Amino acid sequence: MEGLSPAEIIAILDLAEDYVAQNRQIDKKQSLLRGRTQINLFFESSTRTRTSFELAGKRLGADVINMSVATSAIKKGETLIDTAMTLNAMHPDVLVVRHPDSGAVNLLSRKVDGSVINAGDGSHEHPTQALLDALTIRRRLGRLNGLTVAICGDIMHSRVARSNILLLNTMGARVRVIAPPTLLPVEVERLGVEVHHDMRSGLADCDIVMMLRLQTERMKGAFVPSIREYFHFYGLDRDKLACARPDALVMHPGPMNRGIEIDPDVADDIHRSVIREQVEMGVAVRMAVLDLLSRHLSNRPVALAQ
Amino acid sequence: MSGRRVAYLNARLLDPASGLDTPGGLLTEGGLIADLGPELAGADLADDIETVDCGGRVLCPGLIDMRVFSGEPGAEHKETLASLGQAAAAGGITTAVTMPNTEPVIDNVALVEYVARRARETAPVRILPMAAISQGLDGRAMTELGLMAEAGAVAFSDGTRAVADALVMRRVLSYASTFGLLVVQYPEEPALARDGVMNESEVAMRLGLPGIPACAETVMVERDIRLVELTGGRYHAALVSTGAAVGALRAAKADGLPVSAAAAPQNFALNETAVGDYRTFAKTDPPLRGEDDRRALVAGLADGTVDVICSSHTPEDAESKRLPFEQAASGIIGLETLLPLALELYHNGHLGLSALLATMTINPARHLGLPTGRLTAGAPADLLLFDPDLPWRIDEDGFRSKSKNSPFDGRPVQGRVWRTVVDGACVHDRTGEA
Repeated sequence: MEGLSPAEIIAILDLAEDYVAQNRQIDKKQSLLRGRTQINLFFESSTRTRTSFELAGKRLGADVINMSVATSAIKKGETLIDTAMTLNAMHPDVLVVRHPDSGAVNLLSRKVDGSVINAGDGSHEHPTQALLDALTIRRRLGRLNGLTVAICGDIMHSRVARSNILLLNTMGARVRVIAPPTLLPVEVERLGVEVHHDMRSGLADCDIVMMLRLQTERMKGAFVPSIREYFHFYGLDRDKLACARPDALVMHPGPMNRGIEIDPDVADDIHRSVIREQVEMGVAVRMAVLDLLSRHLSNRPVALAQ
Repeated sequence: MSGRRVAYLNARLLDPASGLDTPGGLLTEGGLIADLGPELAGADLADDIETVDCGGRVLCPGLIDMRVFSGEPGAEHKETLASLGQAAAAGGITTAVTMPNTEPVIDNVALVEYVARRARETAPVRILPMAAISQGLDGRAMTELGLMAEAGAVAFSDGTRAVADALVMRRVLSYASTFGLLVVQYPEEPALARDGVMNESEVAMRLGLPGIPACAETVMVERDIRLVELTGGRYHAALVSTGAAVGALRAAKADGLPVSAAAAPQNFALNETAVGDYRTFAKTDPPLRGEDDRRALVAGLADGTVDVICSSHTPEDAESKRLPFEQAASGIIGLETLLPLALELYHNGHLGLSALLATMTINPARHLGLPTGRLTAGAPADLLLFDPDLPWRIDEDGFRSKSKNSPFDGRPVQGRVWRTVVDGACVHDRTGEA
C-alpha cells in the first residue's frame, strides 16, 4: 500500500466497481487474461484470500494454479528462493504470494520476471485487503475523505491494520487505533493515527469500526491476560458500539473469532455489519488489480535461448 | 640479539601509548622493535639493514581487533583461520581475538590449544582465542577459566550471548577476579530481545519487523555495573550501541569501576535506515540503532567512555543472508574495513588520530594484557603503515575474507593500509597492487 497515490487508489476502486457489476451477472467470465498463468503461492494457509484470488483470476480468463507450501520453521526461507526460481522457469505471468515473514514477498519479487501481488507478508502489509475495505466503505458511504475510522484489536501483529492505516490516511480519512499498549507497535502514532486504549472513547463518533482478529497463532507470549478479560474491555458488543455514530458500519477482515473480539450478535446484524459485503468486494478488487497489472505484462513470447 | 634488520624510514611515527607523534624512523631486529625516533634516518645505517621508505605515511602499532568470529572450527565454508588471517593482514590487524562461538564451542583447554595451534600454522597474523564463560554457552556452568587462561585464552565471553543469570554472572566476575581475568559480556537482556531482528522503532514498525528495544542493552549494562561494584571483577562490554548504555558506563568509569566497552563501525557509521527495504546485510547484533543513539555512541567514543573499536567480524555466506529478514543470519564482516571506517571519526573531527588509534592498539592491549599495541624498543614488531587520507571505494570483490556480507560495499572512504608487519615480517604489502 505504501507508495500508492490517491489517484492510483481511486483508479483501482473505480475499476473494481465495474467488476462488482460483472460479478453479479450470470456470465461472470472475461477473456482479458486468456493464455496467462496465475500461480497462487501460499506459504501460510488462507482459504479466504486464496479462493478470492483464484476466482478473480478465473473470471478474467487466466489459468490459475494454487500452491500451498508447507513451511517448517527452520527451512522456510530456503524454500522461498528455491520455489521462486523453480516457478519462474515455468514462466507464470502473475504470482500471488502470501508469506509469514515481513518483506518475503518483496524479496521474492526481485527473483522472478512476472508480476507479483502481495497477498499478505508477515506483519507488514496486506494491500488488497485495504483496497477491498476501502471499496466497501465507499459504496456504503459514498466517500472516504473526512470519515473517522476506528481500527480495534491486535494492531501489532496485523498487516491488515498497517495497510488500512496507510490507505485511509492517503485518502483523507481520520484513523484511530484502539488496543491495549501490548497490542500496539512502538511508535504507531508515527503512522498518523490517534491512539486510544479505551473502546468507548475511541469509538465515539466513528463512522466505521474495523475489528481485527486476535491473532493467537502469532502470539509467543501473553499479550493479554485472558480471552475473557480481552472481550470484556475490547470485544465489540452492542453496548460499546452505541458510542459510535448510529449508522456506523462494522467491518472485520475475517476469519472472525466470535466471542473473542466481536459479539456474534453484532457480527450478524445485517444493518450494521458489512462483513459479508467485504468478501464480495474482495473478488472485484483483486480482479481490478490483476487487470491493471496485466496491462504491464509483456506481450512478447519468451526468447528461446535462456 | 640477532635477526633480520629492517629500517622503516621517512615515517610519521605515531604511538598512542606514549603520545609520540613525530617524523622519524623505526628499526626492527628479528621479531622485535630495536629502536625508533626522529633521529633514525638513512645516512648512519649499517649496510646489512634492509630499508623501507614510508613516504611520510603513518607508522603505528598493528591493530588489535578484540571481537572476530571465525568459521573454523565448524563452518569453514564461511571463514577459515587462514582466510581470516589474510583478511586481518590486509586490514592492518596484527592481532585478532577470536570468539568462542564455533562448532564446537571453545570451552575447554584442548580447544583453546587447538585454535591457537591452527592459527599459528595457517594464519599470517596473531590469532588469540577468547574462551567461553559457560560450558556450551549455556549460561549456567562456569568453564575452567583459570586453566584456559594458562593455555592461552586472553579473555572470556559467551560471544553472541549474554550471561543472563545474575547469580552466574556474579560468580563469574567474582571468580575471574582471582586471576585478574577479563570478562567480556555481550550486553543484551535476552528476554527483551527475544524475537527482535532490528532496532525497535518507527522503521521496524513500518516494516512490520519485531524490534529489539534499546533498553535491552541498558538493562544488562546497568545490572552488570552493579555486579562489578559487588565483585570487583574486570568487565568489558563487548559491543554497545545505545546512548543510555554509554551514559551508564560513563558514570561507572567516573566511579572508578574496572569497566570498559567497545563499539563496532557499523553501529557508529550507520543507523537503522540502512535496513531500508529489508536489507539483510544490515542485520547485525546489536542492531543498527536510531540516529540519536548513533550520535551518543560517537560522543562516547570521543570522550573515551567507549575505549575500544573492534570489527565484530561475522562471516556469513550468501545462503544465510538471501532469506526473508527475520530468517536471515545476523552479522557483518569487518576486518578489511575496520581502519577506514574508524578513520571516518577522525576525518569528521570527532577524535584525534592518536586517540582514535588508541582504541585499536594500546587500549585493547591493556585490557587483554598483551605486550603489543605500542611502539617501544623491545616490544614485538607488530606494525601498521597506512595512508590516513587516501580516498578509495570499499569493494567486496577485493575482500580476502571468504564471506562478503558487508553493507559497506561501494562506500567511499579515506585511509588505506600500506603495509602490515607481524613479528618483524611483512604480511601484507600494498606496493604492487592496483
